[in-house]
Amino acid sequence: MSTANPTAMEQGLQSCHGCGLVSCPTSGTEAGRCPRCDEKLEFRKPKSLERTLAYLIAAAVCYIPANLLPVLTTNTAGGSESDTIMQGVVLLWSPTGWPLSLIVLFASIMIPSAKILALAYLIFSVKRGSIKNNSQRVKMYRMVEIIGRWSMVDVFVDTFTVSLIQLQPLMSVEPGPGLLFFAAVVVLTMLAVESFDPRLIWDSADAKEIQPEVQHA
Amino acid sequence: MPDNDTLSKVPEAKTVPKKRTHLSFVWIIPLIAAAAGIWIAVTKILGQGPRITIVFSSADGLQANKTKIDYNGLEVGTLTSIKLSSDHKHVIATAEMSPKAKDFLVKDTQFWVVKPRVTGLNVTGLSTLISGYYIGVQLGQSKESERHFTALESPPLTGDVPGRIFMLKTTELGSLGEGTPIFFRQLQAGQVVSYELDKSGEFLNVKIFVQSPYDEYVTPDTRFWHASGVDVSLTAAGLRVQTESVMSILAGGIAFETPATDSPLPPADAGITFNLFDDRTDAFKPPVNDPHTYLLVFKQSVRGLTVGAPVELGGIPIGQVTQINPQFDAKTMEFTVPITVTVDPERYGVKFINAPTNQNPLATHKQVIETLVSHGLRAQLKTGNLLSGSLFVAMDFTPDAPPVTLDWSQTPVQLPTKSGQLDAVEDSVADLLKNLNKTMTNLDATVAGARGTLTNADNLLNSANQLIEPNSVLDSELNNMLMQGGDAARSLRVLMDYLERHPEALIRGKTGEAK
Repeated sequence: MSTANPTAMEQGLQSCHGCGLVSCPTSGTEAGRCPRCDEKLEFRKPKSLERTLAYLIAAAVCYIPANLLPVLTTNTAGGSESDTIMQGVVLLWSPTGWPLSLIVLFASIMIPSAKILALAYLIFSVKRGSIKNNSQRVKMYRMVEIIGRWSMVDVFVDTFTVSLIQLQPLMSVEPGPGLLFFAAVVVLTMLAVESFDPRLIWDSADAKEIQPEVQHA
Repeated sequence: MPDNDTLSKVPEAKTVPKKRTHLSFVWIIPLIAAAAGIWIAVTKILGQGPRITIVFSSADGLQANKTKIDYNGLEVGTLTSIKLSSDHKHVIATAEMSPKAKDFLVKDTQFWVVKPRVTGLNVTGLSTLISGYYIGVQLGQSKESERHFTALESPPLTGDVPGRIFMLKTTELGSLGEGTPIFFRQLQAGQVVSYELDKSGEFLNVKIFVQSPYDEYVTPDTRFWHASGVDVSLTAAGLRVQTESVMSILAGGIAFETPATDSPLPPADAGITFNLFDDRTDAFKPPVNDPHTYLLVFKQSVRGLTVGAPVELGGIPIGQVTQINPQFDAKTMEFTVPITVTVDPERYGVKFINAPTNQNPLATHKQVIETLVSHGLRAQLKTGNLLSGSLFVAMDFTPDAPPVTLDWSQTPVQLPTKSGQLDAVEDSVADLLKNLNKTMTNLDATVAGARGTLTNADNLLNSANQLIEPNSVLDSELNNMLMQGGDAARSLRVLMDYLERHPEALIRGKTGEAK
């Protein structure tokens, strides 16, 4: 019950982002500094929702070319072949290679899209002041935060492949423009997750304390 | 100045806190992302070339998104999809061309699949064994834009090599095929592009390509002939083996040559039709000049005579046999072989001098033939080649031939014939046998006479035998005679002895034995 648990902000206290030290805010308009680690102290991350939304939109925009453009171009003696992520998944799909195919499918297609959708839902629900499923939403946020970085695996694999397979006259691999966009999606979603302040989830619940029966219903 | 009462009634002005509406700096990031996305999209759309469809007979070796369209080694497009046509007979491939290739897509642009091809003559497209098949393009000359093409079965042979296309008419294809070489003085000068049966079904139209500079030597007078394989012919002229080159033995070929003339003709226009002759001799036969057909009726065997056999006058060919139509007359019970010959002496270079000047060439011709026949011109079958037994028609003058009148009302005119060489020999042999027979009869009588003579001789000898047998009169007489002869000889010797001892006795006579 978020309503039952008082927050630091309600108590007029600030907690440090860096070391977690709880301190009283300064009286002036200037933002205070953490007495222990000199981190800027704020009740909530400034413009959290706005920044998250901006990153999220940027990620969503980049997600389209990331999937439509080839991520890898293979040049062989016979000619060059460009593959998008989805083509790679299809290419790997075989009776023996399907686990690999699934990994790529999860890491490169489902996770980024799930991340974008999850964050969009979090922003939407916070903006609306929803107080339902608080713990679920917090869990969702944690999951997004943890899992998000793994999408970068795809980028790393591609980069390694490109640098390793350079048998010039016979075969070479070049990164495609899709790879850049894909990396951008991963980075932007990570930034979005970082800029989202999960405390907003229960802040809105506290704001709606006037109708506790709704939450209990 | 208003008083306090009035003042208290006036509402106080509201102060609205200044709204801080300026956007966060962070919004630049989605803007950049959007700009990049739009830029990519725009370049992608601008970079998209025209889409074309190519109909192939088979999708063998073609792969969507992989098979390239290649122009002189430069990629100008990629197949994006391959599907079966609605009637399931063809394969329709959609290709995306690069924007630069827009002006390639005209009506007569040709596409074909480049794959390894091994023919008797050459091997091409080996690189596609590694790279996979690709689609070749040959640019068209047309100005009309086109988006739907039908691929060729094989690469166009003409390529971008300058040269000209000609048509050949032939009744037999022989070993010709697409790509069959064309030789000019044993050099390869071109190729057969395609061939098809004429609509009439009577001959084939062969499309050939003669590349530059050899195409300049093709004039309207040029002769083309089959140079396929080894041409072995056994004719009245003997065994002939002819070939153009080793390559043509293996794969066949066509050769051409222009007869040497004083004033060479200008090069022939592209696309004109030539006849394709069977061999060089045939090709260089002089053109028909003034042919006349005649009928020759032979009553003998024409074994060894074929259509095409030469007609010779004094050993010079002047025409050939065109038809052999044996016939049997039930009334006269006669089997005859009328043969039709076409004679065209001027075609074979026979010069005609001191010709009677007559306005009507037909009348002149009639007059000449009449004169010739009256001078004993007769047709005869002769053996041209003893080995093959092939016959030819020889026109010869037989001064003592019985006179013949020609019937000019029938066509073709029948010319008088005389029995052939072999026939004459047979006749002489028969004569010889007849004489021999007669001689034999005479001989019989002679033998009978001889027998009488011999009997007489026998009698004679018997008589002779009786005369000289032992104890015969003659024998004893002879014996006595011989004995007397011996006595006489002895007396003579005594005399001689005496004379030797007494030579004087010859003078004095016998003196007795005094000494």
